[in-house]
Amino acid sequence: MDEITQVVRDYITREYLEEGDERAITETTPLISGGIVDSFSMVSLLRFLEKKYSIDIPDQCATPEAFDTVERIAGLVRRFQKAEVIKG
Amino acid sequence: MRDPPSYEQLNTNFDWAIAERELGYRPGDVINIGWMCSDRLCRLGLAQKLALLWEDYQGNQKRFTYNDLRVGSNTIAHFLASLGILPGERVCLFLDRVPELYIGFLGILKTGAVAQPLFSAFGDESLCVRLKDAGTSAIITQKKHLHKIRKIREQLPNLRLCIVVDVPQASLQERETAFSMEQAPPVEHFPIYPTKAESPSVLHYTSGTTGQPKGAQHVHYSIIAQYLTAKWVLDFRPDDIYWCNADPGWVTGTSYGIIGPWANGITQAVLDSGFNAEKWYEFIEKYRVTVWYSAPTAIRLLMKEGAEIIRKHDLSSLRHLASVGEPLNPEAVIWSREVFGKPFHDTFWQTETGCIVITNFPGMEIKPGSMGKPFPGITATVLDPKTYEPVNRAAAAGLIALRPGWPSQIRGYWNNAAGYQAKFRNGWYLCGDRASIDADGYFWFMGRDDDVINTGGHLVGPFEVESALLGCPAVAESAAVAKPDPVNMEVVKAYVTVKQGFQPSDDLELEIMNHIRKRLSPLAMPQEIEFVDSLPKTRSGKIVRRILRCKEFHEPVGDLSTIMED
Repeated sequence: MDEITQVVRDYITREYLEEGDERAITETTPLISGGIVDSFSMVSLLRFLEKKYSIDIPDQCATPEAFDTVERIAGLVRRFQKAEVIKG
Repeated sequence: MRDPPSYEQLNTNFDWAIAERELGYRPGDVINIGWMCSDRLCRLGLAQKLALLWEDYQGNQKRFTYNDLRVGSNTIAHFLASLGILPGERVCLFLDRVPELYIGFLGILKTGAVAQPLFSAFGDESLCVRLKDAGTSAIITQKKHLHKIRKIREQLPNLRLCIVVDVPQASLQERETAFSMEQAPPVEHFPIYPTKAESPSVLHYTSGTTGQPKGAQHVHYSIIAQYLTAKWVLDFRPDDIYWCNADPGWVTGTSYGIIGPWANGITQAVLDSGFNAEKWYEFIEKYRVTVWYSAPTAIRLLMKEGAEIIRKHDLSSLRHLASVGEPLNPEAVIWSREVFGKPFHDTFWQTETGCIVITNFPGMEIKPGSMGKPFPGITATVLDPKTYEPVNRAAAAGLIALRPGWPSQIRGYWNNAAGYQAKFRNGWYLCGDRASIDADGYFWFMGRDDDVINTGGHLVGPFEVESALLGCPAVAESAAVAKPDPVNMEVVKAYVTVKQGFQPSDDLELEIMNHIRKRLSPLAMPQEIEFVDSLPKTRSGKIVRRILRCKEFHEPVGDLSTIMED
């Protein structure tokens, strides 16, 4: 597991998983359809990612599908990290 | 296949007694929603008909016949009665969309107790406010939500029982009781409490501009309106498979996610899952859903996912589509015509009305973007905001108002008679929304008439958000207002001043967002926080949210010289 995947997974486990929820968050755990993150709380997760990785993820890319697993979120971060490098 | 009756046909000689007769109710009889939605259907020969097709996000499935509903709700009712729950006591359902929520709702009503469903994504503060106000005696929940209850339990002296449906007793603490619907001995016969038309049934909490949320008090007679509106507006037919997206923590999820379909003997499908376009279309295809009652926010999210994904599924079973929550934009109606071959029919109602009151009927021409016309038996108009007299000019804006007296109108707000009285003017019930009526009698939604924020079809009270914001150590003052949003219609935005020693920052913004999300709920979480030096106030020091709301909507504020500080 790379650093981004681990950071995203740990943050979701700490901030979004309810205390009594014993599910282990893996790279493929369904977050949106599994009810752990919803379309409203995606916004705070998006803010966290943008701040942590100094990237800007446009709204049209922050869809429930793109946020449905840790794996997809990490992929999204990597994609926009590259975009920032190219811009820079 | 028969055509649905026209609007004019439905209005001819309309009387709510139509529903009374069809449900076998005579004025003065015992009427109990729990019995009406289970035992009655079994007596009508539907005992073996499927009532509930349930599936969760992992694909686990369960099926329940009407006889299963009858016995399951008896079993829960018996369990509650054995624990000393009495008629009139409030029993909260704090559950995800699991079968125990739906069947437990009927069970509570069979005991004569009042069902108080609450959205399971509520944080401990939202939960506490509502349980405290209602003086709730018992709560039925799941292990994953138990920590929230344990956190607030000491603040709730009336809460005698905490019933947990998915763990053994050994893992629970004092005053917590395990109950397994599947393992409990089935109860064939339960002496259903003889509730009457005006006996309290359901307590739903709804937000207003001022103060904490108010408990909207429904009665068993509401089923008369919920049955008939479901039958006519959702166009129910005996072989339908019906899917309502709403969570029973909100009124749509009880009026049309439990009472309406089951009073009609319909098979309903429930998907206990968050939003996922692929999964949703798979669900429709798999269960051959015929009638789909959704919400504009969900429809707009589906629109964003595109039409390609739809073409991968056979959705030919869909016969009738309807929507509720906030106004359905014309683009969504046009889109659904293109991709599903049929339009979504917008419906308008609210917690206090208990049933659909203005709607686009199956047999009626739809004007995309319109709310439709009043349901037969509902007298609706728009009032002049100054005189509270009906505005009799086509397309003129006014306050949506209803003549009181339909069966599912709430009978009051819990412990708040003044709040309820304030909803009436000149003999009209005010919905709190603005609209106009065109020359053909169609209503057109224009917006809220107060500071309540309608986000994704759910009302969020600014006071509740502002109170929770004060729980953040850095926040000195705040104002929560609506901000326009392309998907959710509105979202919560907070204007915040910080205390001395704190500096606005991205970290602080995220900290405040997460604080509200956990204490209240994700939908109450401000999607944006703007740090300001001061907030606009009246001379008496009251924050004027209207100025901030107008700023968000790019609307003129009007003359404020008489109320504002210099």
